[in-house]
Amino acid sequence: MAGFKSTEAYIATRDLEVAVNAAVTLQRPLLVKGEPGTGKTVLAHEVAQSLGCPLIEWHIKSTTKAQQGLYEYDAVSRLRDGQLGDPRVHDIGNYIVRGKLWDAFEADEQTVVLIDEVDKADIEFPNDLLLELDRMQFFVYETRKTVAAKHRPVVIITSNNEKELPDAFLRRCFFHYIRFPDRPTMERIVDAHYPDIRKDLAREALNVFFQVREVPGLKKKPATSELLDWLKLLMVEDLPVEALRSNDKHVVIPPLYGALLKNEQDVHLFERLAFLSRRGG
Amino acid sequence: MFAHLVLSLRTAGLPASITEYLTLLGAMKAGVAEYSVDDFYYLARTTLVKDERHLDKFDRVFAQCFKGLEPPEGVKVEDLPEEWLKKLAEKLLSPEEMAKIQSLGGFDAIMNRLKELLAEQKGRHQGGSKWIGTAGTSPFGAYGYNPEGVRIGQDESRHRRAVKVWDKRDYKDLDDTVELGTRGMKLALRRLRRFARQGAATELDLPDTIRSTANNAGSLDLKMVPERHNTVKVLLFLDVGGSMDDHIRQTEELFSAVRSEFKHLEHYYFHNFPYERVWKHNRRRHDETIPTWQVLRTYGPDYKLIIVGDASMSPYEITMPGGSVEHYNEEPGTVWLDRLASHYRRSAWLNPMPRPTWGHTRSITMVNDLMAGRMYPLTVHGIDDMTRELSR
Repeated sequence: MAGFKSTEAYIATRDLEVAVNAAVTLQRPLLVKGEPGTGKTVLAHEVAQSLGCPLIEWHIKSTTKAQQGLYEYDAVSRLRDGQLGDPRVHDIGNYIVRGKLWDAFEADEQTVVLIDEVDKADIEFPNDLLLELDRMQFFVYETRKTVAAKHRPVVIITSNNEKELPDAFLRRCFFHYIRFPDRPTMERIVDAHYPDIRKDLAREALNVFFQVREVPGLKKKPATSELLDWLKLLMVEDLPVEALRSNDKHVVIPPLYGALLKNEQDVHLFERLAFLSRRGG
Repeated sequence: MFAHLVLSLRTAGLPASITEYLTLLGAMKAGVAEYSVDDFYYLARTTLVKDERHLDKFDRVFAQCFKGLEPPEGVKVEDLPEEWLKKLAEKLLSPEEMAKIQSLGGFDAIMNRLKELLAEQKGRHQGGSKWIGTAGTSPFGAYGYNPEGVRIGQDESRHRRAVKVWDKRDYKDLDDTVELGTRGMKLALRRLRRFARQGAATELDLPDTIRSTANNAGSLDLKMVPERHNTVKVLLFLDVGGSMDDHIRQTEELFSAVRSEFKHLEHYYFHNFPYERVWKHNRRRHDETIPTWQVLRTYGPDYKLIIVGDASMSPYEITMPGGSVEHYNEEPGTVWLDRLASHYRRSAWLNPMPRPTWGHTRSITMVNDLMAGRMYPLTVHGIDDMTRELSR
């Protein structure tokens, strides 16, 4: 079985590999949760790449309806065409707009479908997709036609936990919670993304990064994606390692902190801590 | 084959169903886990657990099921009664050892240290506090007591040894019955934010109008929709000072979570028990108090009243005129709480004290009775129950 494995650009822990392989083998959706910035969305890209299938992305917004993923009936253009006497108006099929899932079902090869941030949508959204994701088929009411998947797509769903998902929906999914990577995993991730980074710089940067995460009271802890952005900045600026080192054990605001701290309250918190430690020392 | 695991999970309160069990068997048959114990653990987890809150419970149950140990009767190390530990220690230790303990500051000192360690353990992310049964020795041996000090849990193994993965209990922080972070709070409080579609039709529903018009073959068909707005109004009473100081952090967390959720949110502070005066700014509590009557007049019965306090005080503070520790109150606290609870159609009391301890404090039982049982612990689960009650 050609399984999903860590690639050069994406480090997957063993539990994630097992979860993805289970979902692919049993053709069930995989629900992925985790702290923001731990690579939930990127996972779908990597799965698509390792399986060699095209990826169909469906980004969910608060106004997204489940129906939009299947198809939409464009009544307004039909009305307009009707008033203009366009002959197309007699075939209702001309006004059916295909959604992402329809595209995935009709594709000639297996696809990977990413339903991103499913919790953003209305609470009924997952319920409305139950049957469609279970049977991988749906009925087009306007044309009296059933669309069934030629190849069951691999469905990856991400959630940021803003809403509870209904039990019936969860029951049909595999679930994986991406933990925040521990230090060795993080080192592998950094290595995968920036193979030519200076070892001392990476080590010091990771020290600072994990220290920042330990600071109590941070509103938004920096995660993997922030670390990678920050490292890139550090490499571009070509900062000396000493700039990162806090020899005197004082709290220092890390250079180029804008990439790590995304909240002005957090920046204030850091400034206050730095001030206190200077005064204390 | 693994029915035992699924049944144990259900007993432990995890919502695993037959569908998931069949999926697990299907995946086993398809060879996803092959012959690795770790992979089987990961596979079982991804199949049977659907929420990170349950991951810790799953780890515990998994450890029990596959080690064939007696379940430890639902007691965590943290929950063990002190007397029991003491007795056990007395039985196990020789007189010389006892003397050594005495020289180190006595039993109480060591027990306090133990408690500190346990508290630290709870706070740390990688806390490896052990479920007693999994250690496979006596409860006391589980955290290796020795005269030099107290050691809890095992050193975390860097090597991912097969049976150790679930013993690490990395997901302890996510269990919703103990920990309470702002994120969990928000989740629970969202229930309160009920978008009620009620009242007269006020807004033109443009999409529906277009659809109906089109369905009507072009003859205009207007559709109206009720205006949508957040109807939930909340009045918060927060206990500050005195016995609440321990819990002030949790209360603040709750408060910060609430503030962003409602448009109509008013908060007032009180000390120990709400009497005839409350205040708005804690710093100026002595010169700027507001009569509670005024609060009752200002905010109508449609507000939902949430009182946050530990309700731990002398019973006199509740039942007697003049019982307050700070001032002379003309009317007893019961009268005031009655007034508040009957004025507001929906009210609840949130208590930061852990639920199992409620029975030990007389005043908590009294307040709970006064609130007709609408007292909820300050955990995500408790808030969930509270919001359900408030939005009924």
